[in-house]
Amino acid sequence: MSQTNIPSVQTTGSLALLDAIVKEQVDTIFGYPGGAIMPIYDALFDHADKLKHILVRHEQGAVHAAQGYARASGKTGVVFATSGPGATNLVTGIADAMIDSTPIVCIVGQVFAHLLGTDAFQETDILNITAPITKWNFQITDAQEIPEIIAKAFFIARSGRPGPVLIDISKNAQMQTFEYKGYTPCHYIRSYRPKPIVRPEYIEQAAQVINQAQKPFIIFGQGVVLGNAEQELQQLIEKSGIPAAWTILGKSALPTHHPLNLGMLGMHGNYAPNVLTNQCDVLIAIGMRFDDRVTGRLDKYAKQAKIIHFDIDPSEIDKNVATHVSVWGDAKETLPLLTEKIDKKEHTHWLEKFTELNQKEYDTIILPELFPTEGELTMGEVVRTLSDMTDGKAIFVSDVGQHQMVVCRYAQEKIPRSNITSGGLGTMGFGLPAAIGAKFGAPERTVIAVMGDGGAQMNIQELGTILQYQPNVKIVILNNSFLGMVRQWQELFNEKRYSFTDIMSPDFVHVAEGYGIAGLHVNERSELKKAVETMLKHPHSFLLEIKVKKEDNVFPMVPQGRGVSEIVLTAKEI
Amino acid sequence: MIERKSINTYNMQKQEFTLSVYTENQIGLINKIAAMFSRRKISLESLNSSPSEIENIYRFTIVVTETETVVKNLVRQIEKLVDVFIVYYNTNEEIIWQQMALYKVPTLNIMREAKVERLLREFGAKAVVIREDYTVFETMGQEKEIDNLLHELDKYGLIEFVKSSRIAIIKNSEGIHKKVLEMEKNHPIPEHIHNEHLSQRNMIFDV
Ligand SMILES: Cc1ncc(C[n+]2csc(CCOP(=O)(O)OP(=O)(O)O)c2C)c(N)n1
Ligand SMILES: [Mg+2]
Repeated sequence: MSQTNIPSVQTTGSLALLDAIVKEQVDTIFGYPGGAIMPIYDALFDHADKLKHILVRHEQGAVHAAQGYARASGKTGVVFATSGPGATNLVTGIADAMIDSTPIVCIVGQVFAHLLGTDAFQETDILNITAPITKWNFQITDAQEIPEIIAKAFFIARSGRPGPVLIDISKNAQMQTFEYKGYTPCHYIRSYRPKPIVRPEYIEQAAQVINQAQKPFIIFGQGVVLGNAEQELQQLIEKSGIPAAWTILGKSALPTHHPLNLGMLGMHGNYAPNVLTNQCDVLIAIGMRFDDRVTGRLDKYAKQAKIIHFDIDPSEIDKNVATHVSVWGDAKETLPLLTEKIDKKEHTHWLEKFTELNQKEYDTIILPELFPTEGELTMGEVVRTLSDMTDGKAIFVSDVGQHQMVVCRYAQEKIPRSNITSGGLGTMGFGLPAAIGAKFGAPERTVIAVMGDGGAQMNIQELGTILQYQPNVKIVILNNSFLGMVRQWQELFNEKRYSFTDIMSPDFVHVAEGYGIAGLHVNERSELKKAVETMLKHPHSFLLEIKVKKEDNVFPMVPQGRGVSEIVLTAKEI
Repeated sequence: MIERKSINTYNMQKQEFTLSVYTENQIGLINKIAAMFSRRKISLESLNSSPSEIENIYRFTIVVTETETVVKNLVRQIEKLVDVFIVYYNTNEEIIWQQMALYKVPTLNIMREAKVERLLREFGAKAVVIREDYTVFETMGQEKEIDNLLHELDKYGLIEFVKSSRIAIIKNSEGIHKKVLEMEKNHPIPEHIHNEHLSQRNMIFDV
């Protein structure tokens, strides 16, 4: 059809924006109104049937909710906010989405174009503020740009390595009437290459190296989830018989109970995968970026191994760890090509090494953590009870701190997209809003937010969002009366000088009650199962405040500045 | 035998690299590019923006002194910016490069003390303006040539001096005509989503 035959209609920038969002199959928007975005909200008023808008209680909550929505559903999260403080309140969430590659599109209002640069009321230069923390951002001052730019925004946010996009729309453009020709989605930008071309010769090389390996080891990250390549990964692992371990964002790409799933990498990961990273002969990294929390000291990281790196983002290759073979591309495309070329094998001998080391960790750490018979409750037994009682099928959304590490270590997850947490940025306050978003993104699933007593008070206002929209989110606060993770470091490295880490909290059950959310206190081991059962059976949101051991530490640990194989099981070894 | 791309085989010495960054003409892009350097605490020794051989495609020429490992990484990060087509990085041996400088000197001093013709000849300079009160010289070349003349003119009461950023041509590059054509070849035929609202305008477009 030639452009001239396309019917057109006079409409406003705001309506064109909403039309674009509907056409992108978005059904939920998380947002907060204000002066500079009022024309868009006015248009939204008439479209509640097509677009569900969730009024959050703070714009940071909107971004985290959109992130939770995106990570649970695989769709793009959408955020609305006003100019000035509305826009700057998004910053932490956008930075989080950037470092964790989460597809979100933030639409923010801006002052009238003729006021730009005059320090007008609620004017901030949000484009420059967010430039380094967005995959792309753009300012629209003319309504005619809206259809094309919004199409680009969605394409950029979700394609290739996903990320946040921010579009700043001046108020005049929202109000402006223009000739609208309908929506054309974007699949191409000439200067942008979402995926590198897959080069079969490198897959061939990788297969050769893997086929000769005696002690190969797979480590995978969120790239597998973002590429929807969970099955492809499992097929590779099962055919090759290669043991695999994950970064916390890669968790649940492979069911936790899979016999070749050997656990978590990194600072508080499992003992065997960390130690054996420095004994394997071939290390196959898939969709992960060798973050320092995973690698420990780089000059002591897998020096003996041949490194094969699969990633969609060429800038990740050789960034932190130099490779022998790099395979650029989407894991969904590259993994099956590799699986085809590798020999079917079993690495019985090599696996025994993992079993041996696992036993050591099990005896010293896991057993007392998961099955204590006396003393105060541990975080680990709570988390394991939660996952057992949901049959490993719940989505765990964790906040940041000791409890986060415990969730990642001990929650059993059978289904992909079950582990939502702030990995790269480690943003306290992520948990509650992200869990709300996750519930909207995956309404059929049980969503459990696990938070610390510190993080629970950052973005606690989002209980109001639950009050208003009633997403059925289960909230578990593991209260150790401390900013536990920081306290742990103070204990281990600052001679127990607990500088400002003892934190007072309100009675969280009472707070929840104020928001119309039912809840229970759990102080004793004997109350735990029953309370969890009550929570899970409750038809609405429910909050459990669980008192756990105050000065417990997360182990094992790769102390900062040490290599992964210098991981310690107890404080004495530090 | 497949070798590890060991960081040691890269040149670990810091040296001058010239980056040629081809981009769309996008407001704010220069900040995004500059931030790539500043967040890594790398100083931009020179930054020039100009049109390229292709209409509407811009070319930034950037000079940094860094190791090749750092530069290579940086180049990939810059290429990741949506509005950047491609980035080349080259050592000084691989490029033809020039800068331009202007010098303002009191005419009297120059006439009295220096042999203007000698200056022009020796330093390849040109007098662009000669007035009773001052003379403006212009020279083109590389840092050294420009600096030599600067030192010379300093002796004669230099009033003002300015030097442009570096511009560079890559010796064995075919430009980016081919590259852009190749990228544009992938252009799919845009699908137009029929807009049901357009025929029922009262339902939705009732403003
Ligand atoms: C916004 C933010 N501020 C500060 C930190 C530093 N920090 C990391 S973990 C932590 C303690 C968290 O305490 P709590 O929420 O009680 O969890 P716990 O470690 O006790 O399980 C702090 C302060 C952070 N990650 N994010
Ligand atoms: Mg705590």
